[in-house]
Amino acid sequence: MEIFGIPSALLGSQLLIGLINGSFYAILSLGLAIIFGLLNIINFAHGAQYMMGAFIAWLALTKFGINYWVALIATPIIVGAFGVFLERTMLRKLYKLDHLYGLLLTFGIALIIEGIFRDQFGISGQSYDVPELLAGGVSLGFMFLPIYRGWIIVAALTVCFGTWFMIEKTKLGAYLRAGTENPQMVQALGINVPLLITFTYGYGVALAAFAGVLAAPVFQVNPLMGSHLIIVVFAVVVIGGMGSIMGSIVTGLGLGLIEGLTKVFYPEASSVIVFVIMVIVLLVRPAGLFGRT
Amino acid sequence: MRPTTLASQSALLNPAVLYTTLLVLGLVAPFTLYPTFLMKVLCFALFASAFNLLLGFAGLLSFGHAAFLGSAGYVCGLMMRDVGVTPELGILAGTVVAGLMGWLFGTLAIRRTGIYFAMITLALAQMVYFLVLQIKATGGEDGLQGVPRGHLFGLIDLSNNMAMYYTVYAVFCLGFFIIYRTIHSPFGQILKAIRENEPRAISLGYDVDKFKLLAFAISAALSGTAGATKTLVFQLASLSDVHWHMSGEVVLMTLLGGLGTILGPAVGGATIVTIENQLAESVGSWVTVIMGAIFVACVLLFRRGIVGEIQALLKRAGMQ
Repeated sequence: MEIFGIPSALLGSQLLIGLINGSFYAILSLGLAIIFGLLNIINFAHGAQYMMGAFIAWLALTKFGINYWVALIATPIIVGAFGVFLERTMLRKLYKLDHLYGLLLTFGIALIIEGIFRDQFGISGQSYDVPELLAGGVSLGFMFLPIYRGWIIVAALTVCFGTWFMIEKTKLGAYLRAGTENPQMVQALGINVPLLITFTYGYGVALAAFAGVLAAPVFQVNPLMGSHLIIVVFAVVVIGGMGSIMGSIVTGLGLGLIEGLTKVFYPEASSVIVFVIMVIVLLVRPAGLFGRT
Repeated sequence: MRPTTLASQSALLNPAVLYTTLLVLGLVAPFTLYPTFLMKVLCFALFASAFNLLLGFAGLLSFGHAAFLGSAGYVCGLMMRDVGVTPELGILAGTVVAGLMGWLFGTLAIRRTGIYFAMITLALAQMVYFLVLQIKATGGEDGLQGVPRGHLFGLIDLSNNMAMYYTVYAVFCLGFFIIYRTIHSPFGQILKAIRENEPRAISLGYDVDKFKLLAFAISAALSGTAGATKTLVFQLASLSDVHWHMSGEVVLMTLLGGLGTILGPAVGGATIVTIENQLAESVGSWVTVIMGAIFVACVLLFRRGIVGEIQALLKRAGMQ
């Protein structure tokens, strides 16, 4: 079977890879957007925290025999706690300054984390076995679907929509949205805004770590995995604009798919397609697809 | 700083004395220090000073300046090696290409401000990185090797390290002078006004975007000068010069030396290059960790940077 002269199996598998990449873009840009909404900083350490997630899961399995499912829950909590620590000890001191200092601080933190992991584990990738329950695959007729890859998409979408639901439909989310609009007023109404900020940063970081654990079995676990990804995610964020939660999710998935298609039709451009789209969006709609000016 | 007398303080604060002293120091430096090391310092000092023109005076944080440094290096290298032009033309070519790229990047990036501006420049620079990696002419992962230093104006053989040093020194002084003049011109004053209060600058009738764009292009062009010169010195253009680590490094140099001070970035550049040179062999991959730690320390503890802190100290001492 062929579509546009391309074998459907090839098209299908590239679209699947695109969707998987898109899932990671979605979770990561979602985390960035939540953090940006309340803290007004761009968390440059997001990529490093994603890498930490993957590494902690890998260490847990190889050194302590802790299985994937435990790691999937525990790792985001550990890395999230690390985020809370960073926010309490360092980021907090910068809120009154120009927001660019937050970017610079988190950039420094990213370098430290990456450097330590590189020193400990080198730059060669470590592999992480797919958990038994999700090993193997199913044939969909036109293509072969490895179950783990399907699981990534399901898990990522669940977390993304769960987060959306929490922010848009729950009381905590209402506080969060109010805090994004006008923190002073929310504080005056008796909500503990500093605590809310700490929680938000921790949650955003935990999302990054969750993506890291999901990624461990499909990508090589290596200290540089985060920094490669995060720059693309920045472009995704510029394209989508950080104004809307659903916008981040949709943009992330969409760009992953477009990237996958580019790999089929014009592979040379696949590494730059997201940036090219960013340029076009900047020219046509500078605020981003879902952004508010 | 305490033991200095009032007389020496006022002498140090006098720009004419200060710059003459530094100029002479630069002239005699290669007799006591390793010239290649000094040339590297000068290239990065110029790079950081050019970067500071944008961040320190226009308030725009670009996270993509490696693209200008690196691309100019490749252009200069290709012109020297494959076209066979003289070094001054090679540097000029690099500068012009970087300036044009800066104009292009600037046109896109100034459509947004603040954090978005930083992310856009980073993404554009990453695109350049991938292009450099894929184009055949740039040598991919190996970089561009075997670039000849050539004869300056067709006359002076630059394979002599001293001749090369004074060429680099002249380029640095010229670049630094351009930056100095830009900052102290009416144009520079308007940049500062935009940095301090953009809406007000707009309401005063200034076409803010035009000023930002010009500042971006000048900064990019001079970064290109630094990159092209660096290629001549080391006779290679490497992929690491277009990598985002380099964009981060120039931010660090500027921040460490003193954001918005005139000499700060050069001091910061010299400091970082020295640290890297000293540590590269002894600590290996801990260099990244140390750089990160300096970053964190600069942001949290001394945001004025080295030169900024010294200025503040001198001011305080002068007031007593």
